[in-house]
Amino acid sequence: MLQLFLHLLLLLGLSPLLPGVIGKTKALFAGRTGPPFLQSYYDIWKLFGKGLVISRTTTWVFRAGPVLGLVVPVLAALMVPFGSIGAPLSFTGDLIFFVYLFGLARFFTASAAMDTGSSFEGMGAAREVTFACLAEPTVFFSFIVLARLSGSLSLDAMFGQALNTAWQSAGPSLILVVACLFVVVLVENCRIPFDDPNTHLELTMIHEVMVLDHSGPDLGMILYGAAMKLFVLGALVVRLVFPGSTGNVLFDTLLFSGGMLLLAVVIGVVESTMARLRLLRVPQLLVGTLLLSFFSLILLLR
Amino acid sequence: MNFLFAAFLLFGLGALLAVIPWRGGKAVAFFGSGGAILGCLLGLIAAGQGLAAGVAETFFLPLSMPGGAFSLRLDGLSAFFLLPLFVVGLVGALYGSEYMGSGGKTRWSGLHWTWYNLLILSMTLVVTAANGLLFLFAWECMSLTSFFLVITEHNLAEAVEAGWTYLLATHFGAAFLFAFFLSASAFSGSLEFASFQVLGQLSTPVASGLFLLLLVGFGSKAGIFPFHVWLPDAHPAAPSHVSALMSGVMVKTAIYGFLRLFSFLPAAPPWWGGLLMAIGIVGALFGIAMAALQRDVKRSLAYSTVENIGIILLALGFWMQCRATGHYFTAALALAGGLIHLLNHSLFKSLLFMGAGSLMHGSGSRDLNRMGGLMRRMPITGVLIVCGGLAISALPPFNGLIGEWFIYRALLESGTVLSGLAAFSPLVLIGLLALVGGMVIIVMTRIIGIALAGEPRSSAAARAHEAGWRMWSGMAALALLCLVGGLMPVLLLQVAGRAAILLDPAAATLLADNAISPWWLGIMAVLLLGCILAAYGFSRWRQGCTIVPSSATWGCGFAFPSSRMSYSAESYTELPQSAMFCSCLKPSTEDGRTIGFFPEAKSFSFEAPDPVLEHLFKPFFRRAARVCSGFRGLQAGQLHVYLLYIFSVTILLLLWAGQR
Repeated sequence: MLQLFLHLLLLLGLSPLLPGVIGKTKALFAGRTGPPFLQSYYDIWKLFGKGLVISRTTTWVFRAGPVLGLVVPVLAALMVPFGSIGAPLSFTGDLIFFVYLFGLARFFTASAAMDTGSSFEGMGAAREVTFACLAEPTVFFSFIVLARLSGSLSLDAMFGQALNTAWQSAGPSLILVVACLFVVVLVENCRIPFDDPNTHLELTMIHEVMVLDHSGPDLGMILYGAAMKLFVLGALVVRLVFPGSTGNVLFDTLLFSGGMLLLAVVIGVVESTMARLRLLRVPQLLVGTLLLSFFSLILLLR
Repeated sequence: MNFLFAAFLLFGLGALLAVIPWRGGKAVAFFGSGGAILGCLLGLIAAGQGLAAGVAETFFLPLSMPGGAFSLRLDGLSAFFLLPLFVVGLVGALYGSEYMGSGGKTRWSGLHWTWYNLLILSMTLVVTAANGLLFLFAWECMSLTSFFLVITEHNLAEAVEAGWTYLLATHFGAAFLFAFFLSASAFSGSLEFASFQVLGQLSTPVASGLFLLLLVGFGSKAGIFPFHVWLPDAHPAAPSHVSALMSGVMVKTAIYGFLRLFSFLPAAPPWWGGLLMAIGIVGALFGIAMAALQRDVKRSLAYSTVENIGIILLALGFWMQCRATGHYFTAALALAGGLIHLLNHSLFKSLLFMGAGSLMHGSGSRDLNRMGGLMRRMPITGVLIVCGGLAISALPPFNGLIGEWFIYRALLESGTVLSGLAAFSPLVLIGLLALVGGMVIIVMTRIIGIALAGEPRSSAAARAHEAGWRMWSGMAALALLCLVGGLMPVLLLQVAGRAAILLDPAAATLLADNAISPWWLGIMAVLLLGCILAAYGFSRWRQGCTIVPSSATWGCGFAFPSSRMSYSAESYTELPQSAMFCSCLKPSTEDGRTIGFFPEAKSFSFEAPDPVLEHLFKPFFRRAARVCSGFRGLQAGQLHVYLLYIFSVTILLLLWAGQR
């Protein structure tokens, strides 16, 4: 019960901080002051209080997109350990459910975008489903590496205590897995170099353009959901990099939170130092990552 | 068994009464669909009894035909396949009673109902036959009745052409089945399935030959790659509830035949399973890639059937391979995955085909680019299609995930336990299966996004209307079954376990164990539904007022968005096609690029023909036709010449018989 409470508290409370940290890091690089750390909280709060305007073309599918975008990360978070705080829900084979759960969110986000009948949003939907399709095998291969190392098929055990020994026995594989999962975090959360979260221009249209027509509380739910998705997927990378446990719940929570903030800084650095890729380059990079994750698996097979 | 005979009687009665030219179309539809519905209800009881009892019921009636006997057997495996047959048959009859009564289809209604009843009857016989000759007879009846159903609208050239392709493909397969049964009876001395047990003593090379005969013979009916070529033509041509029955159930009877006869063969060497897995995954990738390129909604769904058959074959192949290499636990998981996916596919694919039929009914076209905005005009059909789309994309909380979960889990188990080269193939397959899963989402969001969402793309689509209750209530029942399957996966596993007893008793006992039961998936699905409800409540609460102010879709300041501005079916898959598909799948495009300074009329056309048909079968048959045209002289068109042929052949046969 405590686990569940802590999980939800961390997820719901801390997740909007990550976009703030990323924004601040980028501002630092650009020599600006940047928006405050808590900007995402203000935005979400403001949007929840605002009115709603929807397109005349749309139907219930359009409203279902934000709902699923909010629900899926919450449910997915319950299957993922936050640092050494174990996952509240865990069963053999939950990694398959985890991957397909995000598929559900994608299904509705893309359908909601198509529901507006706008070509911009169609463009975004087509790109989103295509890129995710190439990212999915990478996730599976990375998970298999961890499953082989831990001898278990549940996320809780795969990202559990076995990681400590795994780093000693199979360091090179794990380094590759960290790199691959980091790329997945970037592509699934539409960060540079795959997508630019700051613009709605057609050159950079993937995620942001899909939500062009959402407004008010719906947009707030989307922003909140996106922050939580970053948090959940980021938690996997953070856990891989900091596999240790201090034995004290408070310190563990602090260590994990520090790790998440560090991840946000790293994402900010990547966004500040890299340019966005040309659209046709993106699949190539994703296939490259896919091969890299498979290579990390081959290293284990020997 | 008695219920089954009563069902036979009702199907026969329905077929007979429908063919009588009653005054007015109502009576025909009443008797035709009534016979099918009542027959299916009785059949469902029989299938339920067969599943619950767990003991085989048999019936034997000797016939005067050499080697033939009316011998039936209803066991767990038969009952497992009868279940989807009667469910889809019932729903299809309900749906068809309205579908055939509209849009100028009434004049074909009578014969159509005869063939429909006979098709269900012959499929029931295929699944319960316990004699080789009876099986082949029922198999042929099934092929012929479905052929007549495909050419229901025989005034359309494309329907007739699709029918011929289908007839050719199905007889190509039947030839291999005849070869199998002839050689099997030569080994066992009888055509009774009971005597086929001696086939278990055959040496591996001989058994491998028989296995390949089975694979090609049943594969051409099941639509495995590369024998799938008839499927994308025949399914769109048939009326929608018939497509549902063919795609949801008929292709599965081929899987039934394959499994049933495979169970008589001796223990399989590993390469049999390996071959099935290779064919399966190639078919799955090919099918889903082609599905993404079709603008005809039913063609797209037909290719998706090729993909799903590929996944089922992959699971069954993995089961065989694991059993051959002694990994019984993974074998049990793979078998369960294959069987559950088979059952699920028959439900959601029928739902989607009927949904596509309702869309056609409403908008008057099969072309995705002429639909659009139908969710507003056909809200019930729209919701049901979204349900079917979620189920086929294996997304929670629907049933599609359960089968795929078992298949993934089987592959993961062996991928994490095995080492070296042995682990290689399951690992690659996981990656490819994930890729297929991602592409299914592309295909389904495309159908939903182009056909249901946005603005109407044609004036007919703008006038579209909701289908009547008989059409949507059947579909709603299927959607409900899909949801129940997702919420109570244990039920699916139990049903699959009944069929597994006959195929692999060891696996069945493993599956009955509580440890691998997927009840967690059910809990997660319930939890997901609860969370969705909560989030929806939150959304409604924040929305405040009941009437939300609406405005035009944002279009860079353009206030009158039209369908000409929205994404089309081709543009939706342009990126995956250029980024992922290999060049052999590339569609041919007639490019409408403007070069000059002044605007001029330009057109753009896009076609994605089946590469296997274009580059393999068509050239082959063209060459065969050239060779065979030399024999045309024999076909004189005069009766006495033909009588002479028959006469001389009889004499030759008598001579041959006298020599022996």
